[in-house]
Amino acid sequence: MPLAESWQTAEIPGPKKASLIIKPDIADAIIRRAKRPIMIVGYGAVEYEVEGIKLIECLIELANKGKIPVVVTASTAREFLNRGFSPAALMPAVDIGNRLTDPAWKGLDGKESYDLAIFVGLPYSMEWTILSGLKHFAPSLKTMTLDCVYQPNASWSFPNSTIKDWAANLKGIVENLGK
Amino acid sequence: MVELRGNSVNVNIKELNSDIAHFRDLSITIGAITKETWVEPMGPTPYPSLTTLRSWDLKLLERYKPFYLPFCDLCCLCTYGKCDLTGNKLGACGISMAAQQSRTVLLAACIGASTHTAHARDLLTHLIERYGGDHPINVGELNVDIEAPLTRLVCGIKPVNLGDFEEVLDYCEKQLTQLLSVTHTGQEGNNLDFESKVFHAGMIDHVGMEVADIAQISALGFPKSDPEASLADLGLGTVDIKKPVILVIGHNVPPATEIIDYLKTRDLMSEAEVTGICCTALDMTRYSPKAKIIGPISWQLRYVRSGVPDVIVIDEQCVRADILQEAQHIHAPLIATSGKNCCGLPDRTHDLPDEIVADFVSGKITGALILDPVKVGEVAVRTALAIAPKRKKHKLLPTHDELIKLAKKCTGCVLCRRACPNDLPISYAVKAAAQGNMSGLDELYDDCVGCGRCESACPQKIPVHSIIVAAAEKKTRDESYRIRTGRGAIQDIEIRKVGGPIVLGEIPGIVAFVGCANFPKGSREVAEMCMEFARRRYIVCTSGCSAISAGMYRNEEGKTAYEMYPGAFEAGGIVNVGSCVSNAHISGAAIKIASIFARRPLRGNYEEIADYVYNRVGAVGVAWGAMSQKAASIAAGFWRLGIPVVVGPHGTKYRRMLLGRSDKEQDWYVYDARTGEKVYGGPVPEHLFFAAETKEEAMVMVAKLTMRPNDTSKGRAIKLTNYIDLHKRLIGGMPRDVHLLVRKQADIPLTMKEDIEKILKEVEWTEHEIPDPTLLSRMIRKSKEA
Repeated sequence: MPLAESWQTAEIPGPKKASLIIKPDIADAIIRRAKRPIMIVGYGAVEYEVEGIKLIECLIELANKGKIPVVVTASTAREFLNRGFSPAALMPAVDIGNRLTDPAWKGLDGKESYDLAIFVGLPYSMEWTILSGLKHFAPSLKTMTLDCVYQPNASWSFPNSTIKDWAANLKGIVENLGK
Repeated sequence: MVELRGNSVNVNIKELNSDIAHFRDLSITIGAITKETWVEPMGPTPYPSLTTLRSWDLKLLERYKPFYLPFCDLCCLCTYGKCDLTGNKLGACGISMAAQQSRTVLLAACIGASTHTAHARDLLTHLIERYGGDHPINVGELNVDIEAPLTRLVCGIKPVNLGDFEEVLDYCEKQLTQLLSVTHTGQEGNNLDFESKVFHAGMIDHVGMEVADIAQISALGFPKSDPEASLADLGLGTVDIKKPVILVIGHNVPPATEIIDYLKTRDLMSEAEVTGICCTALDMTRYSPKAKIIGPISWQLRYVRSGVPDVIVIDEQCVRADILQEAQHIHAPLIATSGKNCCGLPDRTHDLPDEIVADFVSGKITGALILDPVKVGEVAVRTALAIAPKRKKHKLLPTHDELIKLAKKCTGCVLCRRACPNDLPISYAVKAAAQGNMSGLDELYDDCVGCGRCESACPQKIPVHSIIVAAAEKKTRDESYRIRTGRGAIQDIEIRKVGGPIVLGEIPGIVAFVGCANFPKGSREVAEMCMEFARRRYIVCTSGCSAISAGMYRNEEGKTAYEMYPGAFEAGGIVNVGSCVSNAHISGAAIKIASIFARRPLRGNYEEIADYVYNRVGAVGVAWGAMSQKAASIAAGFWRLGIPVVVGPHGTKYRRMLLGRSDKEQDWYVYDARTGEKVYGGPVPEHLFFAAETKEEAMVMVAKLTMRPNDTSKGRAIKLTNYIDLHKRLIGGMPRDVHLLVRKQADIPLTMKEDIEKILKEVEWTEHEIPDPTLLSRMIRKSKEA
């Protein structure tokens, strides 16, 4: 499977495409470098299971270790609440995407703009278009996706991966952050 | 000879000798003779131009700023390009990415609006030829006085006869030419001006749709605002496949009505089945409830490949571009009937029916273009009757063994999945099928939108769509439902009954499920949403493919939405207005609430009526499977009236959302018409165009978007009850913005008092006044009194 092609074959991006996260260290460094990261988690996170562990559990661990506020979209909130994790906000994906394009927006806590938005679990084409909106209209924001498919409009994306490789990458990121 | 044609008069003089000259073959046409019978004074904006309503549009766009979602980083519309517009780069013509996105939206809206307007023009021309320009307009007998609310509002005329609509369409066509010209290189460069023109295209679209539907209702005897319009059969399982079967696909109904007429007049209705897909099917059942609807647009491939249709008749819009090849595969003749969709076929319009039928039956031709609906009726029926015994329902679906053999060719490259708009796990299902396990393919059938991209992508040439349909063949045989035929307009008397409760908020809202069938998870979700909102006593309207999909699901009692709920425009009703063009009755109903209930002047008075609808009428459109450019223009028509539209996750591909910011208090000030003061009205409705990720998110958002600044406390409490209850059930927990939606203590639903007061206390909430809201300074009453 081609590593850096849009997962949806026809959704070919323009000249500016995401850099590949070829190993967990890269994602880890990006997260560590960010001063104000935020994670946006879509409903897909509820549906994915990675080697017996629900993706959502991996994301909770990541959020806790990286001290990253989480915005949950659609009906994802219940799964977080059931695991004792309180998201920073429940907000539709287009709503948070829109706010991230506003340079005057000071974030959910009203303190400062975010400099890194991590996306995971949105429907592919929806994430593709929202990331495109951010690529063009949020020049100060870097974006990263943790999905197992290549999202060309992010600043950084995993390549198209097998579930096994993806699981190893996610685990690697979480473990590294804890160090 | 003097000929009356609609409102125009043609005078033809063969030869005239006079003192001053000698004329031969003189023809004089007088454009229109106005018969002024409407006493209402003309409002400020009859026949608005591109800029007449610009200030209104900009008011909305100031609140709902576009969030652009470029679907392409480039512009490739001229030979300067391709131009890379990434980030802050400008194109060679100077255009920015924001403007380019709005320009593309305008192009889509122009395509959609011109499609409906051209449809209306063809239909009107045909009906005037057939029934005369003086054929009276009648959409609801004595129950409807305001027969054409959009035409009255936008054009400032009160149509009486079919011919009166000609000048309305003249206006629409002129505006569409102007609008399309705006997209040329070097014209508009400001994104918000493009957006204003998108709204203009949407408004024109609704006028065009209204003309089309009123014309066909009036001339073809469709149900006239009838809440108890007949139920019709829906689903492939309702078809008697032993009979010759005709399939009609598209939107423009005359060829289909002529097929029915030919069968009826020869007492052949029981000898053949007339079936349809998409809006022609809906309109055909309005003409004769004995016709059958197979399904929405996404059923084209599966039904054709089933081999059941013996003759396929297409008209216009939403017809698959490869329909001729698909028809040829099952040996079914194809008849194209619209100049807009000729399929490369020879024009046989002027040939004798005997000759065309003989050529079809002998196999000399596989398709023909026939631009005469009456001839289509005869040729389609005679061909179907003659060819059915020969075809023996030749189908394109593999047998069980063939299916397994085909599935074994799969190499697991997943190109099928990567081509699927819904990212369905096709390759897993195909691999399982290779082992004889059909359950995966059977499940895919429910979610598949029937595009066939999986097949085109398959390097092994596996007919993926066909094997999905073949695996689910039992399901297709069980597709047997009942749908209420499209009733058309909403009666004035219904508006009088519900106008007050809607404006005061006691009926929590009008929710209209409209548009195409590009659903993220199948038809079932639309049906479930319809039933949920009807159960909650909203007024639910349906149209087009969504109206069909809403009927393709049975609840635990074995009943469809249309069998469960009444067809009246009342709390808890599910109102199928009809086909795509019937959408005009939904916007028309909102306009009629302002006119009939609130007695606001209607004639050429767009801005005031839109201001009323926006601030008071809790209507929301849901285009869950929106796919087409027509869906874009329909939505735009609702936006200009201040009616929010929710789309499915694919809707972000429309390139921009129109989103409010509930966290920006300054965005939500309105004039209080009583005092002239600018007061906080709250973030309602929060968005104008919104893509939901899941059905659950859509339902919660719909409940929120029905709120309006004018809601009484009782009404707001009802709306909050629905919003909070749905949020708790579908999202989880209390919504975190409830403090923004409660204006006074009296707004708080009694059953949720404790939970809500806890939140209000946490954020130190204080009460604020409920205004008499308007965005228009001229509507302030105090200044008038002063």
